[in-house]
Amino acid sequence: MDPSSTPKAASPSLARHAITYPRFLWKALGVATDGGVPFYLWMTVLTAVFLVGMNAWSHQIVNGMGVTNLTDHVSWGIYIGNFTYMEGIAAGAVMMVIPAFLYRDRKMYDVVIIGQILAIAAIIATLAFVVVDLGRIDRSWHLIPGIGRFNWPISMLSWDVVVLNGYLLLNLHVVGYMLYSRFQNREPTRAFYLPFVIFTIIWTIFTLSVCAFLYTGLGGRPYWNNAILGPRFIISSFVTGPAFLVLALQIIRRTTRFHVGDAPINTLIKVLRVTVLANLFMVMHEVFAELYTGTAHGASAQYLYFGLHGHDALVPWIWTAMAFNAIAALLLLFTNERTHLLRIDVACVLLLIGIWIEKAMALIIPAFVPSTLHEIVEYLPNALEWKVSLGLFALGLMIFTLGVKLAVAVFTGEMKAEGAPR
Amino acid sequence: MDDTSRRTAMKLGGATLGAAAFARSIAPLTEWVPTLSSEEFLQKHYKELSREEMETVLRRVEAMTLEEYGAEVTVQDIRPMDGVQFGYALNLSTCVGCRKCAEACHNENNHDRSTNQSYIRVLEMTKGSVSLDLSSVEYDHAVPAEDKYYMPVQCHQCDNAPCVTACPIEATWKEADGIVVVDYDWCIGCRYCEAACPYHARRFNFTKPEIPAEEINPDQAYLSNRIRPVGVVEKCTFCLHRTRVGRLPACLEACPAGSRVFGNLLDPKSEIRWIIENTRVFVLKEDVGTQPRFFYFFDS
Repeated sequence: MDPSSTPKAASPSLARHAITYPRFLWKALGVATDGGVPFYLWMTVLTAVFLVGMNAWSHQIVNGMGVTNLTDHVSWGIYIGNFTYMEGIAAGAVMMVIPAFLYRDRKMYDVVIIGQILAIAAIIATLAFVVVDLGRIDRSWHLIPGIGRFNWPISMLSWDVVVLNGYLLLNLHVVGYMLYSRFQNREPTRAFYLPFVIFTIIWTIFTLSVCAFLYTGLGGRPYWNNAILGPRFIISSFVTGPAFLVLALQIIRRTTRFHVGDAPINTLIKVLRVTVLANLFMVMHEVFAELYTGTAHGASAQYLYFGLHGHDALVPWIWTAMAFNAIAALLLLFTNERTHLLRIDVACVLLLIGIWIEKAMALIIPAFVPSTLHEIVEYLPNALEWKVSLGLFALGLMIFTLGVKLAVAVFTGEMKAEGAPR
Repeated sequence: MDDTSRRTAMKLGGATLGAAAFARSIAPLTEWVPTLSSEEFLQKHYKELSREEMETVLRRVEAMTLEEYGAEVTVQDIRPMDGVQFGYALNLSTCVGCRKCAEACHNENNHDRSTNQSYIRVLEMTKGSVSLDLSSVEYDHAVPAEDKYYMPVQCHQCDNAPCVTACPIEATWKEADGIVVVDYDWCIGCRYCEAACPYHARRFNFTKPEIPAEEINPDQAYLSNRIRPVGVVEKCTFCLHRTRVGRLPACLEACPAGSRVFGNLLDPKSEIRWIIENTRVFVLKEDVGTQPRFFYFFDS
């Protein structure tokens, strides 16, 4: 065993955990819900948005999915789009884990917990987006392996359920264990987290691939049935994850006593500089392959970028995304983050919106336009779908905020076990 | 009152307010909960139901149809026949595009009236092309039109069915006679099958189907034309409630041009076998590897 990982305090017996752990949870609830006026204001706004979403979803349950703009032609829309986007954000958090644990970057190590909390919050939102897309929420227990009839390993959707829940559990374990150890002021035992962290990195790539296979595995939809969809999805997730974290770390630095140095932020910016260009590079390849030859398989891309037979609902969206991503790339390339961090922040916001359009609108909807029988029925989300979506984004942000508050309290020593060694 | 307890009191107040707001926001669900029955909620998958349990389910579906639609119907569980593999063929040389088949499907299968739903879409194709890109389903003129030919498309009951592979919960599967069915009481409505189908053969019940009692076809089967619940996927079943008892599909009977041929692929003397062996036959989108049981052919 590595001598540096010798615990500062003797391991408490299992019986002591029976007292310490509930106490940890109770205190966690306390500090996570405790804060100043800005905190309560922020949480109240998020709660309000979330409740508006819940209300809209309730109407959808009572009246059927007919209250959305979905049709038999475009049977998946903004919910599945947001599902894809949020899964990308969740997986992008691994871009903090890799430097911290594979490259032993000590400075990243101190803030890596923020990335893992983001993964938890985003995965919960991801799963929630699948739930609101179900026509029969009352039957969702059919998906539980052992109780329902889980079509595994045949169905890619069953794989997705497995990898997403696995990813959630892995991150919950690592974050929970780290915080609990810190709470008792004990050095975490490597065997209890390091193998899981390494496994999380592999699992992340696996999760993103399985999510891409959901789409690429459908031979009847040429827009999806190509090999670059998966790599593009992974690369864009390594854009949105770090972009969100760059912004989040700065906010945490300003609003809490948690120490966030420049080094982790700069590492993430370095990651972004590569992934943003890689993403644009892949877009170029995809657009070329789809459009240059003029085959019927390129009809969806034609619809997305230029419109098809006079139908062009997505054209303004995709060009906005292209512009945002291109401007962000330029900002990232030609800005010195030590002197002009604000420009980097602008780039991050542009990227979060640009990739959102790419994933939520441009990846899902064009696969259905034209339909498999080449009918053109257009789709854009209606007010109800927006409400539900914003509600679930708010849910994700709430979980992230509470998680960060807890982590900050534990890491600054504001919350610790009674009698824990200093 | 010290600061800590005031803070706790405020938190409790906030939590209470939040809980009340939450209850208010999901209040519409109070309309929905009474429509759920515990028997339906706990019902097992079609393949796991014993004969007695199936009987109970069938009687319940009948009772619900009477209660909600005011129609007395018979719902049966009709199983595949031994030694039968169904196949369907359609003559593109003679189809006139009248859409009688789609209309017959609409009536036979108790489709929602307001959306004029049907499992069949008739494509008006341009002569000299097999490109679906140049087709239209929205045509509104006398048929057959000059320079056009017609191609009805419905479920191809693929042997390598992407929809069956896609379903995460085995709510859809291929029966022994080749028909792909859906357990409407098991489907969770994720619509992955709809995304997977290359033939636009699946339909989702975005709303509760509405049909006047006098228009309801009372001859129903659990896996085919019984009135579907809201929020689940449905599809063509080759009218299994008819074809598994020796009758022909409704779309075939309705065809004025005699363009449709249905039969047992295992019977060497059947008309469908003669067509496959002796005419110019093709399947739609052969390149996607679905191995359809629905064939298009031309007169020799």
